[in-house]
Order: sequence, then structure tokens, then C-alpha cells
Amino acid sequence: MGEIKLTDVKKSFGALAVLKDIDLHIKDGEFVVFVGPSGCGKSTLLRTIAGLEKVTGGEIEIDGKRVNDVTAADRGLAMVFQSYALYPHMSVRQNLAFGLENSNMPKAEITERINEAARMLEIEAYMDRRPGQLSGGQRQRVAIGRAIVRRPTAFLLDEPLSNLDAELRVSTRAELAALHGRLGSTMIYVTHDQVEAMTLAHRIVVMRAGKIEQVGTPLELYNEPANRFVAGFIGAPHMNFLKADVVEVSGEMASLSVAGGYRVQVRLGHAQLTPGQKVTVGVRPQHLVVSNDPLSPSVKVRLVEALGSETVIHGDIAGEKLLAVLPGQQRLNAGDEVRFDLTTPPLHVFDDNGIRLLTHAGQVV
Amino acid sequence: MTTPSLSSLIMAPVNAVMRIIDAPLRRLQKATGIGGMAAFFLAPNMLIFGIFVLLPLVINFVYSMTGGTAFFLSERDFIGGAQYSRLFECQNYLDPMSCQEDAFWTAVGNTFWFVLIQVTLMILTALITALILNRELAARSFWRAVFFFPVLLSPVVVGLIWKWILQRQGLLNFGLYQFGMEPYTWLTDRTWTFAATIGVSIWAHMGFYALIILAGLQAIPKDLYEAAEMDGTKPARVFWRITLPLLAPNLLVVVVLALIKSVQVFDEIYVLTGGGPGTSTLFLTQYIYETGFASALRNPGLAAAASILMGGVLVVLTLIQLGIGKRGENKGKR
Amino acid sequence: MGKVARFILRRKGGQGWHWTDIVTWFWLVGGLIIMFGPAIWLAFSSFKTPAALAEFPPSILPYVTSQATVEGYDKPLMLYDAKMPDGSTRVLAEVRRIGLVAQMVDPKAPGEIVKVNINDRSPVRTMSFATNNYTEPFVHFDFLRYLWNSVFVTVVATLITLVVNSMAAFALSKYEFKGRSLAMLVILATLMVPLSVIMVPLYSIISTLGLFNSLWGVILPTVATPTGVFILRQYMLTIPDELLDAARMDKASEWQIYWRIVLPLTAPALAVLAIFSVVWRWNDFLWPLIVLSRRELYTLQVGLSIYSGELNVQWHFILAMTVVTMIPVVLVFIFLQRFITTGIAGTGLK
Ligand SMILES: Nc1ncnc2c1ncn2[C@@H]1O[C@H](COP(=O)(O)OP(=O)(O)OP(=O)(O)O)[C@@H](O)[C@H]1O
Ligand SMILES: [Mg+2]
Repeated sequence: MGEIKLTDVKKSFGALAVLKDIDLHIKDGEFVVFVGPSGCGKSTLLRTIAGLEKVTGGEIEIDGKRVNDVTAADRGLAMVFQSYALYPHMSVRQNLAFGLENSNMPKAEITERINEAARMLEIEAYMDRRPGQLSGGQRQRVAIGRAIVRRPTAFLLDEPLSNLDAELRVSTRAELAALHGRLGSTMIYVTHDQVEAMTLAHRIVVMRAGKIEQVGTPLELYNEPANRFVAGFIGAPHMNFLKADVVEVSGEMASLSVAGGYRVQVRLGHAQLTPGQKVTVGVRPQHLVVSNDPLSPSVKVRLVEALGSETVIHGDIAGEKLLAVLPGQQRLNAGDEVRFDLTTPPLHVFDDNGIRLLTHAGQVV
Repeated sequence: MTTPSLSSLIMAPVNAVMRIIDAPLRRLQKATGIGGMAAFFLAPNMLIFGIFVLLPLVINFVYSMTGGTAFFLSERDFIGGAQYSRLFECQNYLDPMSCQEDAFWTAVGNTFWFVLIQVTLMILTALITALILNRELAARSFWRAVFFFPVLLSPVVVGLIWKWILQRQGLLNFGLYQFGMEPYTWLTDRTWTFAATIGVSIWAHMGFYALIILAGLQAIPKDLYEAAEMDGTKPARVFWRITLPLLAPNLLVVVVLALIKSVQVFDEIYVLTGGGPGTSTLFLTQYIYETGFASALRNPGLAAAASILMGGVLVVLTLIQLGIGKRGENKGKR
Repeated sequence: MGKVARFILRRKGGQGWHWTDIVTWFWLVGGLIIMFGPAIWLAFSSFKTPAALAEFPPSILPYVTSQATVEGYDKPLMLYDAKMPDGSTRVLAEVRRIGLVAQMVDPKAPGEIVKVNINDRSPVRTMSFATNNYTEPFVHFDFLRYLWNSVFVTVVATLITLVVNSMAAFALSKYEFKGRSLAMLVILATLMVPLSVIMVPLYSIISTLGLFNSLWGVILPTVATPTGVFILRQYMLTIPDELLDAARMDKASEWQIYWRIVLPLTAPALAVLAIFSVVWRWNDFLWPLIVLSRRELYTLQVGLSIYSGELNVQWHFILAMTVVTMIPVVLVFIFLQRFITTGIAGTGLK
């Protein structure tokens, strides 16, 4: 069992409020990823759940029991640290055994658990080496191993892959996903990396400045971001935001003027728009397609990044910046003019507080 | 499985003890929380500090205001500032012999001259030694060790080594004899004995200061010297314009440190001369020691008063040192 | 050989002898003689008999005049190289001396007395180490006791120093608590309080606690050294806090974290402090001199100074015991000098 429930959790260091009213319900076996800009409180939230930091307000429950006053040792959780925090003076085996010895487990069982974890993580070959004699990837496995042998109710992982090189990250990511599938325990995972978040998470928690901005499945966040912040944070390169005015509302549809007067139509759904209202239109760079229609808005290309499989265009549209990711290789150069179709891609409309009002599905070509 | 090593054999019982200690400490941790454990870890040190350093520091003031020969405070009478006025009671303030406590003023005078000459000469030799050790020498660490050797010797050993050399049949007289000079009993001559105390204490401590100065020299970036060489600067000018200014903060700290140690001079001199001949090498610490403990007419109150005066000088010196250190740190940050 | 010489005599700029090269070599060689010479001279002297010690001019190595037992004479006789009138030299034993003439016999043919002018004979000397300078003080005086007391004080004080100061350093480097900076300040302040300033009240405290004339009275006041706390704290600050958090997650108690995680990782700094502490405590003099007034409690340093201060100094014993006192420090110097010098250069503390 590994159900974790946070109610109104607050944490401050002196006068500095780092976590503000965090409410979150993590179900047993769920893989939850915390993302957010640096310093937003992800690690602090994780450490609060772990019991390494005491909350200044609110409740933490694990499996229905209030654990605010339970020490880190007794919460039954295991943590994998960004720096791995392996004990440098102990061998890999001793590193894995340390926590089990501390809970007075019989020797035979300790050995059995260690061997099982070693087999699972394929670290048997270097059980008697010290962390200093291991590569970064090997250390990372040992750190995970140290968590696994404890058979915790939930795993807490704080940027566990951030010290690995790009290639190793990709393979370890896949292994982590497989591991979660096999163990089936709750995992809470902090990362900076979008791809990690999108690929691993059942649900992503987006945080900003000590608050939760949105909780949802990766695709929910991608398709229906709650606000401009989430919209900009999820997806790379980030979403384009263009200033727009509501020109006309008629029945189901509203007409917006963007990019210096260019008109787009959006379906209203449940949203309310009033003519003259100032809004922001969001469009993902990947959804932009080149248009030959002379009425489409013109974009001045400032920079072309040719990545081979795709081409990233940095441009200006009526004085605003615009990014576009075009498939394949394009014959474009800085200084060129190019037109993009704004009527077909999905569009998100945000009010001037950044709250998403509606998403216009568009026609995916 | 590896065979148990020697260290693991030694550590096994220690570890067992530590495991036994752990159980009550876990309970303590439960009761007081992690913050309470900080107090637990700090307690032994603070207790010892408190009893053996802070408490004496405080009662020293009380002592200095009481009279009699008893050591227990309860048996001592309060006499106010009488000990201090006794120390400062002189007929003629220019002549220490006219003071009631002439021994104190002799010790003050001796210490003053000792500190002045010893620190000056020692820092000079230490600086020269450091400059030489900072050159491109073969086997530099060997040479550094050579000058450092006497630093480790105990003061008693230092005193005895030199007493043996300076005695009538000693090595010094032997050397002079080789040049056809008469043997001399150095340690019965007031001037020579004073000179000997200075020489011996320089011999014993110079290596320590040379080492610190050397560390300072090595911290001066090499590229400065290379730049100077590119400009064709003369070595003497390099020393005065680059080495010395950059070494100055380090050197200042070393000087104050040497002053602090020098004011407290005692051990090796006590063994070498016993303060004699007469009172020619009686220094402050010996005065305090003898007034407090050794003489038949012991007067702990007077000794405490004298030690407080000496402590005042040391506090001033230490504050200067800390001030210099702070300034150096700030400079480093910028 | 050529290479070695060139390496050793390497000079500034490589060509010619600059005056600074000459000063350097003068200083280094002079330093070598002045720094080591006195101790070596003392060590050589410690093997001389009292008679040889009284000689002037002294010899460097311990020589004694040879003696031989000659048939017909009860006491052993002194052997001399005597110059014969024919210019040859013979080894003769002196029977007696009358004015300027010595009556001598050939040890192999003791019947015949040979008269030799005393200026024509010189004593036969052989090297001989008076090892009983070393054994006597241990056997007949209390020096074995003193040695034991010194070892006890040094070892126990060093162990306590390591434990007490590492615990404090742990608290001051790894916990946030109210009064932490106050504690640091107090410790810093004690740097200013040398023994010479507080010896009178400290003595009264030691007496009150019943520690006068006890080795514990020597040990306890010295074990909480600010230097120790600083060296260790500085080192512990470099141990990442995540390691401690990891151990907390691993159900380690704070005591275990100190003992199993932090202490092993602080080993290099502990080693430096241990070496310092051994040298300090071994060399301590003034405080043991005050606390210990019974002979059987003296440490080597106190014993040496008391014996050497007596009217009738038995230098041959004193010299030998001085050498014994020097031995641990010389061993530290030979094997651990590098630790100490880098320790001092790094912290500026002695
Ligand atoms: N022990 C502490 N004392 C005071 N402030 C702290 C402490 N720990 C964290 N903070 C502050 O709390 C805020 C959140 O820190 P936290 O480490 O949780 O950020 P994060 O989201 O994990 O950032 P990153 O992505 O860079 O790891 C930061 O402003 C940080 O400075
Ligand atoms: Mg973080």
C-alpha cells in the first residue's frame, strides 16, 4: 500500500514561505512526477513527504494515517537523492545493507533481499566496490537498489537522472518505467526534464512558487493546460503566445484579431467572451504549417536551426516573437518572409490573468 | 568473504560498545527530537570548556580581589583592588626597583625586551627561511622539514639541549676553544643568558612561522612573477613591489601570533635558566607561576591580578589578529 | 652521480652562481647544522660515561680509556700508547705516576717496569656506549613510571580530545539550532585564554574536584581544544547533508549517523588532530608541573625538569632520559611530518 494524501500542507523556512497550501492525493501504485521551475519547492515538497522537513501547517497522511509527527525513519518510505548520497566509505553491499541492519532484520533475509535487488538491477559484478570506484550510471543503480531493498511503501526520487549523460538518461528512464511496472509501488519523482515527466508519469504535478498549478495526466496537461504557465511549461519548445482582441461574438463562434489584425475564428464551447476583451492566443510551434495563402500572416525569419529531422524557425510576427517547428529540412534563411496558417492549428485562449478560457480544436492536417 | 583485518579486529569491540550506547540514545532522540541531539553532541565539549576555561576565567577576577594564601575561594577574604594597587605601587615610576612588587616590574621589563627582540629577529629569520624555501630547490620538503624539526621538540627537551650546549664543558666552549678562546660560563652572565633565551626560543619556534609565511608565499599567483619577468623587473624590485605587499596580510597575522606566544614565554626558558642568574630572565608567566604556587610566600590573589593584566594584553593582540584575519577574508571575497 | 649533483646544485637561471644561490646554500647548510646539530650532540653525549662527560675538550663520540687487568695487580690498569726512546710505540699499562714519570708495565710481560715521561704517553681510547645511562634511570629511579604516566596522559587525552571535539564539531556543522553562533563565539573566545592567564583559578577548580595530584587533573583541562573543533568542523562542512538525510531515511539514529557516517568520513582530519594532540600532550610541561606534586605521578617532562634542576645534576642520566623523551616526537617527525606541516599551513594553528 502506498497512498499519500496531502491536505493544506505549508512549509516555511523562517519568513520564507516555500510551500503554500498544497493539496494532493496520490493513489497507491501511481507514478507521480513533480515539475516546475528551479526553486519552486519541488525538493522541499518531496522532503516534507519523506519526513526530512517538518511541515509548518497542514496534514500528511500515508495509507490513511497521519504522519506529521512520524520521523523519516518510521514513515516506511525510501528516497533516491540527486547526488545519490551513497556512503563513500562503504562497499555497495554495505550501502544496501545499512538501512536493513538498522531495522534489525535477520542476516539471512538481508542477504536475500540484497541479492534479489542486485540481480534485478544487474549490479552483482561490483557489490564489493566502493561508490568512488563506480561510474555515474552504476552509482545511480546502486542508489535505486538501496531504495528497493527496503521494500518501501513509496519511492521518492529527486532528479535521479540529472547527473547522467544524455544517452544513459534515455536508457535508464526506460528501465525505471519497467521497474515501476514490476514493483507496482507508488513513486514520486521530481524532475526538470519534460520528456522524463511526459514518458514516466501517470500524473504530472506542475508547481510554481510553492503552489500547485495543475495536476493531470501528461496529455491532459499538454492538450488542456489550466493556464498560461502550464501551457508554457509543458511542451518543448514552449507554446507561442500572441496578443489578441475579441472582435465579434456570434452564437457558437468568436472572432479574434491576432498578429496585427489577422482574423481567426474559435469555437466558444462553455466559455464567455465579450467583444473588445483582451485575450492571449496560444499556439504550439509544432502545430504551425507553412501556408501559400497570401492572406495568411507573414513572419520574418530571424534564425533557422536545422536539426535534420526538423527545422526550428525563430521569427517575428507583427512585432511578437514566434517559434515554429517544421518537419524535415526546409529551404529557409534568416531574413526570409514566410507565411503560417493560423486557422487550422489548435488554439488556446487565455484571459488577461492567464487562465485558459477555451481550446479550439482546429483541424489537424 | 574477506578475512578480518587488524583494524576490524580492533574496531569490533568499539562497535559493539557503540551499538549498546545507541539504544538509550535512540530513546533520547525520540524524546527530544533531532534538535535535542545537537545539544547532546555539544554537551561534553561545552561542559569541559565551561568548567576548565570559562569558569576559571570568571573566578580569576574574584581571585584577584581576595587576599591570603588559601586556594579555596570560601577561605579567602575580599580585599577589593588591593592586589592591583600593590602591583602598581611604586615610589618612582621610572625605576622598577622602587616598586613594592619589584619582581613583577622586572618580569614586565624582561618580557617587554624579550618580546621586542625575539619577535623581530624571529620573523626576520623566518621570512628569510621562507623566501629561500620558496625558491626552486631540490628536495624542498626535506629542507622545509629541517627547519621545522625543533618545533616539535618539547620545551623541556629544548631547554636541556641548550643547557647542555651552553654549560662550561659544552659544545659552544669547545667551538671557541678550537679558535683558541677561553671557555666561559655563559649561563652565569646576565647579558649572555638573556641573549641565550632569545636565541633558544628563536631556534625552537622559527620553523613554525617560516612554514606559515611559506604558505603565504606559495599563495601568491605565479603569473604575477611571470608578468614581472616579462617586464624585465629586477629581482629586488619584484620583492619590494610584489612579494612583500602581497605577503603583508599574512605577515601581519604571523607577527601578532608570534607576539601572543612570545608574551607567554615560559617552559624552555624555565628549564634553561630557571629565571636566573638573579632575575635577569624572569618573565611574566614564571612570575605568575611562582607567585601563585611555588614560592613560600605564595599569593594567589596577586598572581591572579598579574595574570589578568597579562590576559588584557593578549586579548588586545588577539582582537588585532582577528581583525586582520577578517579584513583578509573580505579582500579574498571581493 | 653527475646527474644527482647537477640536480642538487641546480641554480637560478641555470648558469653561473648568482649571489642568491650562495646565500641559499649557506643558509640551508647552516640551518641543517644548527637545527639538527644540538639534538645530535645531545644524543651522542647521552652515551658517555660521567668521566667522559666531564672532559674538556669533549670528544664527539663516546670514548673511554681502555683498561686491562694485569697479573700481579689487583685493580685494572689504564692502557697507554707510550713512545719508546727508539721511536717505536708500545701499549703499556700504567702502574703509578711519580711526578713527570710514569711507571708502566707491558700487560703481556708484567715483570719489568718501564719508566716513561708522561708527555710521551697518550691514553688508549676505544669507543664504548654507556648504555646503563639508559637502563639505570628506569631500574633505579622512577623513570619507567614517568614514561608510563606520559604515555597514559598522551593516549587518554588524545582519545578524549578526538571524541569530545568531533561530537561538538558534528553539532556545530550539521545542525541548525538556536545558540549555535553563540557556541561558536564561546569556543573562539577561548582561543584567547591561554593557560598562563587562568592557572591560579584553574588550580583551585582542579583541587575542588579532587583532581590535584591526579593524572586526570592533567588530562581534563586540555581536552576541549578550540583548534580541534575548528579543524574538524571545517572538514565536516564538506560532507554533503544529503548523505545524512539518506542515513535518516535508512533508519539510522543521529548517534549512528555520527558514528557510522560522519566520523569515518572525517578520518583525515581526525588523523591530523590526533597527531597534533599527541605532540601537545607529550610535550606539556607547565600544567603537569602545577598539578603533579608527588614524584610517582610525574610525567617525563616534569621528572626531567625536576631532576635537571637539582643541585647535583647527574647529567649522564638526564641526557639519556632527554633522548627517550625525544623519541616519540622524532618518530612523529620522521613519519608524519608532512601531515603536520600541511595541517599547519592549512589552518595556521599550532
Ligand atoms: N533549508 C533551507 N533553508 C532556507 N531556505 C531553503 C531551504 N531549503 C530550500 N530553501 C528554499 O526553498 C525554495 C525551494 O527550494 P527547493 O530546493 O525545494 O527547490 P526545487 O524546486 O527543488 O529547485 P531545483 O529544481 O533547483 O532543485 C528555494 O527558494 C530555496 O532557496
Ligand atoms: Mg531540487
